[in-house]
Amino acid sequence: MRIEASTPAETEAAGARLARRLGPGDVVLVSGELGVGKTTFVRGACRELGVSEAVTSPTFTIGQVYGGRVEVAHLDLYRLASLDGEDPALLDDYLTPDRIAFIEWPAAAEPRLERVRANVRMEHLGGDRRAIEIDGP
Amino acid sequence: MILGIETSCDDTCAAVVTRAGEIRSNVVASQGLLHERYGGVVPEIASRRHLELIDAVIADALERAGASLDDVREVAVTRGPGLIGALLVGLSAAKALAAARGLPLTPVDHLHGHVVASTLGPDPIEPPYLCLVASGGHTFIARVDDLRAHRRLGGTLDDAAGEAFDKGARILGLGYPGGPAIDRLARAGDPEAFPFPRAAPGELDFSFSGVKTALLYAVRDLGEREAERRKADLAASYQSAIVEALVARTRTAVEREGIERLAIGGGVAANSLLRERIAQAAGELGLRLWVPDFSLCTDNAAMIAGAARFGEPIAHPGYLALDAAARLEAAA
Repeated sequence: MRIEASTPAETEAAGARLARRLGPGDVVLVSGELGVGKTTFVRGACRELGVSEAVTSPTFTIGQVYGGRVEVAHLDLYRLASLDGEDPALLDDYLTPDRIAFIEWPAAAEPRLERVRANVRMEHLGGDRRAIEIDGP
Repeated sequence: MILGIETSCDDTCAAVVTRAGEIRSNVVASQGLLHERYGGVVPEIASRRHLELIDAVIADALERAGASLDDVREVAVTRGPGLIGALLVGLSAAKALAAARGLPLTPVDHLHGHVVASTLGPDPIEPPYLCLVASGGHTFIARVDDLRAHRRLGGTLDDAAGEAFDKGARILGLGYPGGPAIDRLARAGDPEAFPFPRAAPGELDFSFSGVKTALLYAVRDLGEREAERRKADLAASYQSAIVEALVARTRTAVEREGIERLAIGGGVAANSLLRERIAQAAGELGLRLWVPDFSLCTDNAAMIAGAARFGEPIAHPGYLALDAAARLEAAA
């Protein structure tokens, strides 16, 4: 499915729509350039899943876990060039079967990720317009 | 004396601070160079380096303070937020030291450490005051009525200011850490060359995601050669957009809260434009401003030991089960 969004609210709505089709254990990869709205997309999904706290960029801590109707893990592997030399348990701490997980900048971990339910690719179309390509449920 | 330990991100820190707030030592072993090669912090490498460095850093802090473990009455340690593996190294070291001597241990919220950093030294700030904390992982304005806790008035809805500097530097091809690189380059540039947006979500909140996108588009529209030629203007305009947003929100907070004391903290407080503009705003508003020494703005253990003076020590052995927390709820 391909959606065009021209406001952050529309990007959030696209995230919310996907979230309605997700269940515990599902992993969603969200990729796209800096500033394309990945965190905004995840924020929309989190709101739909009942998360009320602030959903901010997890670049600094690599991962955050929010409490909602179901727990949501929000990861950002931007600072990880690759997971070579990393402790494989780094991601396992976040990606548990009872959580829905969103992973921004997933490339570093992609080969070893399981339970990937959706792949979201976001692209700048110039100005405020974004293309959101969702490969999933 | 209080021994402070801080390992929430990529610096291994230990410090000795007296109950009166005198800093006897403040040691930081930075992993900056190590991470520069990777373009950022690598959690597993950060944890391993903390483990290698922590004992030496603590010994160094004691030695520079002219003290021994016999002089330490309390151990303070960062419990979160931060990288979980990194936090655990400091927490475990703190527990082991405290338990071996039957000392009390005080867990400290890293962010509260930044907020109360200006209570250290010969001219301590006193409540009520406001504090702008801007770092790589956090950006918020807090109100302090009582040094035991702070109340968050507003904060970033997406990226932290330091993160915006890092990512902007990456877009401009300047490397890591981005803040100092942009600060240096911006001195040769025109801050009004590019009209980057100053997002204004909510009254006291920040958003730095839009300005990052605007920089990306500007670089793309200029093309590689032209962007390279105008790099200093891009850096200056980008820095100005971030700093003006920080200063504008802080001004609003000061006016709304009617408080006459202001402090800044966090690594971004080292930015020369922010220092200049916040001092100017403080002058215009008739505020007293506390800008801690650079060594107290970036991550450090003195602010952790300092914050422990207002915290609740846990008696031995109650803290042995204490766990690190990647994310703490904002202090109430």
